[in-house]
Amino acid sequence: MNAQHPLTISQLRRAFAEGKTTPEAVARAACERAHALQPTLNAFITIADDATLAARLTELAGASQASGPLAGIPIAHKDLFCTTEFPTTAASKMLDGYRSPFDATVVARLKAAGAVTIGKTNLDEFAMGSANAHSHFGPCRNPWATDRIPGGSSGGSAAAVAAGIVPAATGTDTGGSVRQPAAHCGVTGLKPTYGLVSRWGMIAYASSFDQAGIFARTAEDCALLLQAIAGFDPLDSTSAAVDVPDYAAALAALATERPLSGWRIGVAQAFLAADGLQPAVRDAVLAAARCYEQLGATLVDVDLPRAELAIPAYYVLAPAEASSNLARYDGVRYGYRTAHDDDLFAMYSRTRAEGFGWEVKRRILMGTYVLSAGYYDAYYRKAQQVRRLISDDYCNAFAVCDLILAPVTPTTAWRIGEKSDPVEEYLADVFTIGANLAGLPAIAHPCGFDGAGLPIGAQLIAPHFGEAKLLAAVHAYQNATDWHRAVPPVAAW
Amino acid sequence: MAFTTEAIHRLAALARLALTDAEAEQMAHELDGVFALLDRLQAAPTDGVEPLAHPLELTQRLRDDAVTEPDRRDALMALAPLAENGLYLVPKVIES
Repeated sequence: MNAQHPLTISQLRRAFAEGKTTPEAVARAACERAHALQPTLNAFITIADDATLAARLTELAGASQASGPLAGIPIAHKDLFCTTEFPTTAASKMLDGYRSPFDATVVARLKAAGAVTIGKTNLDEFAMGSANAHSHFGPCRNPWATDRIPGGSSGGSAAAVAAGIVPAATGTDTGGSVRQPAAHCGVTGLKPTYGLVSRWGMIAYASSFDQAGIFARTAEDCALLLQAIAGFDPLDSTSAAVDVPDYAAALAALATERPLSGWRIGVAQAFLAADGLQPAVRDAVLAAARCYEQLGATLVDVDLPRAELAIPAYYVLAPAEASSNLARYDGVRYGYRTAHDDDLFAMYSRTRAEGFGWEVKRRILMGTYVLSAGYYDAYYRKAQQVRRLISDDYCNAFAVCDLILAPVTPTTAWRIGEKSDPVEEYLADVFTIGANLAGLPAIAHPCGFDGAGLPIGAQLIAPHFGEAKLLAAVHAYQNATDWHRAVPPVAAW
Repeated sequence: MAFTTEAIHRLAALARLALTDAEAEQMAHELDGVFALLDRLQAAPTDGVEPLAHPLELTQRLRDDAVTEPDRRDALMALAPLAENGLYLVPKVIES
């Protein structure tokens, strides 16, 4: 293809239908771009080799998937999703070389819809991080400024979409890991309601928070992807048995004039007054609010009085769940095993010492501490109580509005290595964590740039299972603005 | 709060994580900073608040008591770093 601009899924579907290109040509071009940009971005951990790609294209051509809604669309999976076609590493030495015996439900459903996986993307080890700086395979870099972080933990997926390698990629969002890199890389990222998308085959970090999500260039594409992956899965015990609405229809139903007329968008003033919020980010989010107003929405102030407790509550609960989930890496059944195995205790301790990176070790120890006898009530139980209070705050806010508008991140992307103190990095999650504590769906979309040309994201949060409204609102915004069309220099070719 | 390196070693042993003394010292320093952040929770009034364990208050589903999984023992055991005769191998745990 001689495209000068990365195509969206919708545009690719049209190009296939009109015979202008083929799934094979597009998939091969995507792999070539992935390879070409790998030294610059390090967005991938595995890129499909010729044989894997050929096998998938042959499978696709002969199957009903060939007429699927995503037929021939090249995608990349965060390397936290188990895949049979590729190794699955979670960006950890602990799983280096691991080959899953099954596909994650998200992977299987996208395959059934006809998508062609061209690789597995970089991430913070076991999804623990907000910078994609903690990867056994080295940091991923931001396509807008390669000395800066792409955000995390799903940094590779966001970077791959931003750089025009693929029109879409999967991610996971435990504390902001889809929305935060989407904002830093200038793409659209959706974290669905907890339970809407199956966690089966998604390597566990903090199970009461983990949710699969998606990256694309537009809300319209996110709607197509969500349609493919949402819905009940008996293999996930926390999967919600709800009817999945027709998301594309919700977008199509918007009026041309004042499409959001009658919608109430809550502006969380406390978020906009937060310490450490860069003026450029505040201004861009306020400009997005005015744009939503011009589209017909009524802006209302909402109060989230316990918002400042979200970070401490999350950093008690998520590491507690992680310390339990990561107990499975014992060097016995799969993954890495130390050579120092004098006795069983040493084998376990050395395997885990050699297999896990520093951030993972810190979170395991934080979790072990807050769950230990004598500290359980002071930390774990207390954080669960605060989790309810924060959930109640969102519930109360949704009594007066349909959606809440907030920043995604307090700052634009920082330089790799700039935040050496873990607390500084944890504080970057201040605007995203609330939705995870309460299990709410939220979307990040581009809404401007700072003075250095780095992308800024705005976030909309909805009540449980309010994805159709989130996608429709952002679709209306993207019909009226051009921020989502901007591409970094590396994506123009 | 101030974590000692001894406390970090005890905690790391509970989590089956070997740390060198230098690592334990660095971890103690970092956890001091992290727990200063987490201790902001202590001021929150939570008397009588029911803990929230899960964002959707779902009830556990039941399914029919039927065999649904095929036997994939060989495929799963092939992932083990050390296995023999269908058994996982670990260092000897019983003293002779």
